Amino acid sequence: MARYESILDLVGDTPLVDVSVLSPNPRVKILAKLEGQNPGGSVKDRIALQMVLDAEKDGTLSPGQVILESSSGNTGIGLAMVSKLRGYPLKIVLPENVSVERRQLLEAWGAEIIPSPGSEGSNGAMRNAQKLAAEHPEYWYPYQYSNPSNPRAHYEATGPEIWRDCPEVTHFVAGLGTAGTLIGVGKFLKERNPRVQVWAIEPPLGEMVDGLKNFDEGFVPPVFTENDGYELLDRKRIVGTKESIEGTRRLMDAGVFAGISSGAILTGALKCAAEIDEGVIVFVVCDGGWKYLSTGAWTDDIDQVTERAKKIIYF
Amino acid sequence: MPVDVRLPTVLRQYAGGQATVKANGATLREVFEDLVLQFPQLHGQVVTEDGALHKFVNVYVNDDDVRYLDKLDTKVTGSETISILPAVAGG
Repeated sequence: MARYESILDLVGDTPLVDVSVLSPNPRVKILAKLEGQNPGGSVKDRIALQMVLDAEKDGTLSPGQVILESSSGNTGIGLAMVSKLRGYPLKIVLPENVSVERRQLLEAWGAEIIPSPGSEGSNGAMRNAQKLAAEHPEYWYPYQYSNPSNPRAHYEATGPEIWRDCPEVTHFVAGLGTAGTLIGVGKFLKERNPRVQVWAIEPPLGEMVDGLKNFDEGFVPPVFTENDGYELLDRKRIVGTKESIEGTRRLMDAGVFAGISSGAILTGALKCAAEIDEGVIVFVVCDGGWKYLSTGAWTDDIDQVTERAKKIIYF
Repeated sequence: MPVDVRLPTVLRQYAGGQATVKANGATLREVFEDLVLQFPQLHGQVVTEDGALHKFVNVYVNDDDVRYLDKLDTKVTGSETISILPAVAGG
């Protein structure tokens, strides 16, 4: 065991565990990067800490300044932990249709929640945060979708950790939300080995968010477009809610208790394993299953759980 | 053989409220051309005037985003389901 000065020193350096027992192809190994092991409970601890530290360093964030961000949950929770420890009041614009545990955790960390209509999803929460940030120039608005510290956290840490622990990696599979993980890790791995394939997995979010008036209200994160995301990704696949729940349950067979987005990403990794002849797939487990217990994901009738999960944002 | 095309909520108003429609074509581009013939109000919605996919629209053949296949030249045989979805953020 090691001894640490601060809980924030525990962010990153997460374990990589072999879950090849789940692989449909004996010539394909599958390894899970367990981001739920971060102290705030998700991969987003990395970017929350990086964004705050970088802003402290360059002076855009001053002691005691209010931090305002929009999040469907995990970035907010990561920021709430970091803000608590470094003394910043935090306001999170949160879509109303996230799991109850995400809201409870934000409250437990002392964040103020500003509700945003569920039918507008994360896009709506982001627009509301942008409006608030414009009205309150005294707030610091990290804007995770565009903040270069987001992909940097993964380029400087997550990617090198994977390369250190698994230089034989042939495929990297991760979820697409802000694109920070895919851009940062994907870029790092491809610089080391250009043959590494990068796969993005996304939920049918656009199906679940029905409050958009037209396509011009859609959104592609600047983190993606400004870092040549279209060139970097080799494949992008959608994984439906039922398949995501099934994936979440499959993960338990390898001893991994994870959230629903991780179930989606596993499902993507299994499809990848079934398509390729041989290889080593590393995929990201974004968070633990704790925040999704209220959905009954593991124990209730799969069709009921699917209907329930379709009503919440789990990415 | 016609393919099934699933429309997002924002487009259903231009297709008589239908969630799924059928269209013919050997490539995605042809499928979308056929859709516009059937539902003229869809013109310019998915494929823009300059012949490219709208930047905030994702199109999937089965579960694969066509931007990482052959884009609008992606071939279809009729057994696939094509889904059109608005690009939405996560995080």
